Amino acid sequence: MDPMDAIKQTYFQECDELLAALEEGLLALEAGEGDSDTINAVFRAVHSVKGGAGAFGFEAMVAFAHVFETALDLMRSGKLAPDNDVLKIMLRASDVLGDHVQAAKGEGVVDNARERAMLEELEALTNADAPVPRAAAQADAPAGDEWGFTPMKFEFDAPAPSGWRLVMRPSPAMYAKGHDALLFLRELERLGEITVTLDASALPDLGALTAETPYLNWIVELPADVSEAAIRDVFDFVGEDCPIELTRDEPPAPAALDLDAFLSAPTLEPQSPVDAPAPVVADVHEDKAVSAAEKSGAKGVAAASGATIRVDLERVDRMIDLVGELVINQAMLAQRVAESGAGRSSTIAMGLDELEQLTREIQDSVMAIRAQPVKSVFQRMPRLVREIASATGKQVRLVMEGEATEVDKTVIERLSDPITHMLRNAIDHGLETPEERAEAGKPEEGAVRLAALHRSGRIVIEVSDDGKGINRPRVRDIAVKKGLIAPDANLTDDEIDNLIFLPGFSTASAVSNISGRGVGMDVVKRSIQALGGRISISSQPGKGSTFTLSLPLTLAVLDGMVITAGEQTLVAPLTAIVETLRPKPDEVRPLGPTGAVLAVRGGYVPLIDIAVALGQREKAADPTKGVVLLVDTEAGGRAALVADEIQGQRQVVIKSLEANYQRVDGVAAATILGDGRVALILDVDTVVEKRLNERHAPFAKAS
Amino acid sequence: MSDGEFLNDALELISFRIGDQEFCLDIMAVREIRGWTVATPLPHSPPYVRGVINLRGAVLPILDLKARLGLGVAEPSARSVIIVVHIGKRLVGLLVDGVSEILAAERASVQPTPNVGCDSVGQFVRGIIAMEGRMISWIALDEILPDETDAEAA
Repeated sequence: MDPMDAIKQTYFQECDELLAALEEGLLALEAGEGDSDTINAVFRAVHSVKGGAGAFGFEAMVAFAHVFETALDLMRSGKLAPDNDVLKIMLRASDVLGDHVQAAKGEGVVDNARERAMLEELEALTNADAPVPRAAAQADAPAGDEWGFTPMKFEFDAPAPSGWRLVMRPSPAMYAKGHDALLFLRELERLGEITVTLDASALPDLGALTAETPYLNWIVELPADVSEAAIRDVFDFVGEDCPIELTRDEPPAPAALDLDAFLSAPTLEPQSPVDAPAPVVADVHEDKAVSAAEKSGAKGVAAASGATIRVDLERVDRMIDLVGELVINQAMLAQRVAESGAGRSSTIAMGLDELEQLTREIQDSVMAIRAQPVKSVFQRMPRLVREIASATGKQVRLVMEGEATEVDKTVIERLSDPITHMLRNAIDHGLETPEERAEAGKPEEGAVRLAALHRSGRIVIEVSDDGKGINRPRVRDIAVKKGLIAPDANLTDDEIDNLIFLPGFSTASAVSNISGRGVGMDVVKRSIQALGGRISISSQPGKGSTFTLSLPLTLAVLDGMVITAGEQTLVAPLTAIVETLRPKPDEVRPLGPTGAVLAVRGGYVPLIDIAVALGQREKAADPTKGVVLLVDTEAGGRAALVADEIQGQRQVVIKSLEANYQRVDGVAAATILGDGRVALILDVDTVVEKRLNERHAPFAKAS
Repeated sequence: MSDGEFLNDALELISFRIGDQEFCLDIMAVREIRGWTVATPLPHSPPYVRGVINLRGAVLPILDLKARLGLGVAEPSARSVIIVVHIGKRLVGLLVDGVSEILAAERASVQPTPNVGCDSVGQFVRGIIAMEGRMISWIALDEILPDETDAEAA
């Protein structure tokens, strides 16, 4: 990779982190949990994004970030109160900044109209709020607070402005850290027309010259309409490494509004604390900020150097593959040893047992490497919620819990879509409008909760709202109208709720552009099932609904039941199996010419012979001679799969069939068993669905 | 890498028998040759897909080349071999009766496939190489994988 590209990638990674921190900070402020440290962190985030953007020449991003930063700066200096309205604007501004970053990555475009509107709002904030609370700010802000943060437009009002004179004296440390004076000059040029004079007076004779000492200084003349803060910002990154002296060429006309209050400060000598380089500015304001900045800085450094390393994902994946091989190999070895007739208590068998435990442990720890907190998915959601809320005119508060819950990367990547969809549904269909809520005696702001937790070896994601709940009569009506259920079907509340997962069901009477994108809950359900997950819903009229989805922690291994069907050994995912039983002859009832059902606790479920379903034999075997796996599926409710025999339960490594072949109906994936042969992993849902659609079409709908 | 769109004129081919006909493949497409092991059959697959085997941890589909070419179903014996080839990014095993030898041929010596009024010949044979009185058909590897619609129909 081109080194520049590599640096850019690093910058984009940082951007993502910074944007997340920005949003987190703003949300904390909105929740009233923020303090001045939070405001500083928010400001630093935008500032760092801007700084990098300038270095890479993303002009549009710099321009936007600058306005944003100006507004944040007002907030930082206490001139702009971080109330909810302001924070809402800031949050949307952070979304636009995110768009800019995406655009810079080449992965999207910035909505110009939106950006312009955003800029206007931000500028309105800076211009309107800057002068008003000045008196208050002067009263309680520490001395030295007043010199900066003049909004750029401000100076237009100042009559006969005069230029700035900036003396830049780079120190050896600045160059040692890889900064380049040229970049600062370029950055300054961005602020306005500048005149640069090189001051080479310090340059000694060649003999006395040491290569490591910078001798060159620059004198830069800037137009007066540039704010001092903007100039100092340019040097924010270098701090003390590049001392600057900033002076007005001439004192400004005293008539310029309250400008003299601002402008008397900048003429101070370098020794003055006010003239200290910009990063220290925060420290001058409040001592607390210093310690916080140091603290967070120290934490960041520690995390970067000691606690974590960044590893190429491919390496980890390769290792997981290899450990998978190791597990298979170990199983093969165990089988061979067992076949060779070595007793269970023989030393070789005992050694093998230890090996098995070790392999398990290695596998677990390798999988743990790839585990990631769901935060990376969750942190995208506040923005989504804001957008849906503003599009629907509803007021929404998103509460997130369990962001630190860890799950395998393969699963994380596929969580985003279902969660997005469920949140959309919760806000669009679940929550009422503020008026309706007020009528119902609820707070106008609806709450949507997104939570992640570990439960019995799976990850559970819950999306709940405090809206109106599922309108069961209406759901029923629609299902009847669409022919999904018989008009006289007698359904429990639970069954009605689950109708929304049926293909072709959509409750929104008007197709909105939020939820009605032609994708229904059935698609969500399907994609979750494809991952070996389940989704369920519970709803209380008037109180809200909760969607619960549970997924395996990894897609690399699976707990399965090894069965024999026909001549073949197959693996059925344990998650799909509700129970296994040996049916008694009087429990099996024929139904129709070829069909049969099994009586289970008062109900009848269709019997499906696995070997027949997979085309291995023509005629179903006698279920009473085999074993029945009672499985839960979606399309047809429950079904009873008939296998010849159950061999046992074990963890298997999932191997893709698609890698070298293609998707096969009825087969989810493959695995390699202890005898070295490939065994297919059943896709219980498609097996059942296919069989039922062929044979019992009318029953499939009724159940 | 498909079966060798190389710029040089010399072809290196590996020849094998199916029934009483001789076929060959570009040697660059061949990854390895291994003995026959019983494959796990795949449901709802075309008849020429024998199933899948474990190739050092990868799941490898096995195509019965004889059936694919419409020459009847192969009956694997101890002498049958599986030629593991790259087709695009996929690894596929081809079941053949036995590998004969490695041939060198000039690209110019490849004759176009004569039209014998048979679809499978036109589709799967890229050209004919005449050598020492033998006729060897050059297999068009890209064509032999079933596409998704094939599998659905089967």
